[in-house]
Amino acid sequence: MIEKKARRQMLRSLAMGGAIVGASLFGFFPVLKKWMPRLRPPGSLDEQHFLAACIKCGQCVQVCPVKAIRLGDLDEGFGVGVPYIPAREQACDFSCDAVQCVLACPTGALSHTISKKEEVRMGLARLDRPTACLARQGLGHKGPARAAPFRGVHRYAEIDRWKPVRLAEYNYDLDICDLCVRECPVPNAISLEPMSADPADKRRTPVVHQACVGCGMCEMICPTDSAAIVVDIRRQWGEA
Amino acid sequence: MKLLDSFRIMLGGQPRRPTAYTPAAAAMHESKRQVKGPERAREIKARHAEHKSNKWRNIRWAVLILVNLLFVVSFRFDVQLVEGALTASRVVGFHFADLNSALQVMLAYKVIVINLVIGTGTVLLMWWLLGGRSFCSWVCPYHLLAELTEKIHLALAARRLVIDYPLHRGARTVLYVVFVVLTAASGYTVYEAVSPTGIVSRALIYGPGLALVWVAGLLVYEIIFIRRMWCRYICPIGLTYGLVGAVSPVRVKYSLENCLHEGDCRKVCLVPHVLECTKKTYAEDVEVAIGADCTRCGLCVDACPTGSLRFDIKGLNKLL
Repeated sequence: MIEKKARRQMLRSLAMGGAIVGASLFGFFPVLKKWMPRLRPPGSLDEQHFLAACIKCGQCVQVCPVKAIRLGDLDEGFGVGVPYIPAREQACDFSCDAVQCVLACPTGALSHTISKKEEVRMGLARLDRPTACLARQGLGHKGPARAAPFRGVHRYAEIDRWKPVRLAEYNYDLDICDLCVRECPVPNAISLEPMSADPADKRRTPVVHQACVGCGMCEMICPTDSAAIVVDIRRQWGEA
Repeated sequence: MKLLDSFRIMLGGQPRRPTAYTPAAAAMHESKRQVKGPERAREIKARHAEHKSNKWRNIRWAVLILVNLLFVVSFRFDVQLVEGALTASRVVGFHFADLNSALQVMLAYKVIVINLVIGTGTVLLMWWLLGGRSFCSWVCPYHLLAELTEKIHLALAARRLVIDYPLHRGARTVLYVVFVVLTAASGYTVYEAVSPTGIVSRALIYGPGLALVWVAGLLVYEIIFIRRMWCRYICPIGLTYGLVGAVSPVRVKYSLENCLHEGDCRKVCLVPHVLECTKKTYAEDVEVAIGADCTRCGLCVDACPTGSLRFDIKGLNKLL
């Protein structure tokens, strides 16, 4: 009788142990199948090492002055609690200069070898929908870059270096839309080039250069319905 | 020897009745055998009548809520007292790292960063002093939730609506090893994906998410099927802190003299195997320090009708 009870308990324990390990291994699926490619914060190690080294504490979230960093949820498997930047909703604008998130990271998942924004390599911007780009149509832009209820913010050095302003509350009046170039926080990362030799031709096209760090500022600020310019996560210069 | 036995019991071994007693304990057991009767019991209980309370539980819940609130408030109002979450934080600038989370990161990443070493060292020292598993009952937010759902389980069990199906306590040890191996082999912090401690802590600080569904599921399962399943049989965090705090100066101490061996303490205890010494003739000395798996939650101290269990700080009692 007691032996039977003990055997049942043992089987139950084995089954439950197996179930728990099985549940935890579900974390492999989203990661290996790349269900949710995420733009990681500045200085992140390569994806595999980043997930390993991150201690899932969110200290990077806490120091970001524009609240660009979010934490992964359960559907990201081993990415649960791991930081990412939803660039279209809120990009990193590097207004903190010293890459605060890197300094805050206690485990080096955001590598401490990086000390300034120009060294960051999160990805590369790419003109995804050239036909939608306003500049390529020779069009300007009037009003906020992203209309309300958009909640994203940006720290404009010319207004207040320390106070983030909501994009929905900041009005532009541009003859030719150059928002992606104008608000890019990295020098020489992107420029507007004429599309023909004709000086009367107002059309311009954004061209991404090697200095681009992939912060996603252009993706956030792009006023077209879904961004004409996007960041390719983790793509390096020269890669397709 | 005693420490080894304490480890053995924590890892899942059955407590054993001692084969030898100290002379004082032997004499006391003998005198208890001779002097029976409700008279003595009434007398002892009358002397400790005012003792029965929820004092330690209330203090502990207050501390647990305060610690977690500090994390929340620090972020919400940007006061920077305790930045981060329970997995790793900075307390007024000093690095703190949860020992189990740090262990996982070291096993998965295989590179050891100096900040992590500092954080781990600070926490190691702190929990060695405070008694490792105090983390569980005094800090872990899942512990509080599980304590509350345990009350529901017990109320339903009293009405015979649910039955507890206990697991073997060795399950936690096996799972600990499995998670260590999986983490090292896969290069991912496998346990962190399901850890209710990390999930609840982050949900409190950074806002709720889908992950809370998993935690809610666990709590419901604990109500219906297995009383305190996660804390008792699964959580590797508990075992890590148990190992760290095994020789801690802060512990619960049992004194044989007035104990009536009624077992009220074992009924409220998360880890009743550490209270085996409170059974009749199981104490090998007149005073016994409770073993490594004890979370220092104080429920037994509150429950004991004879004042035989109390908090004790090694070395300090002589000073006081």
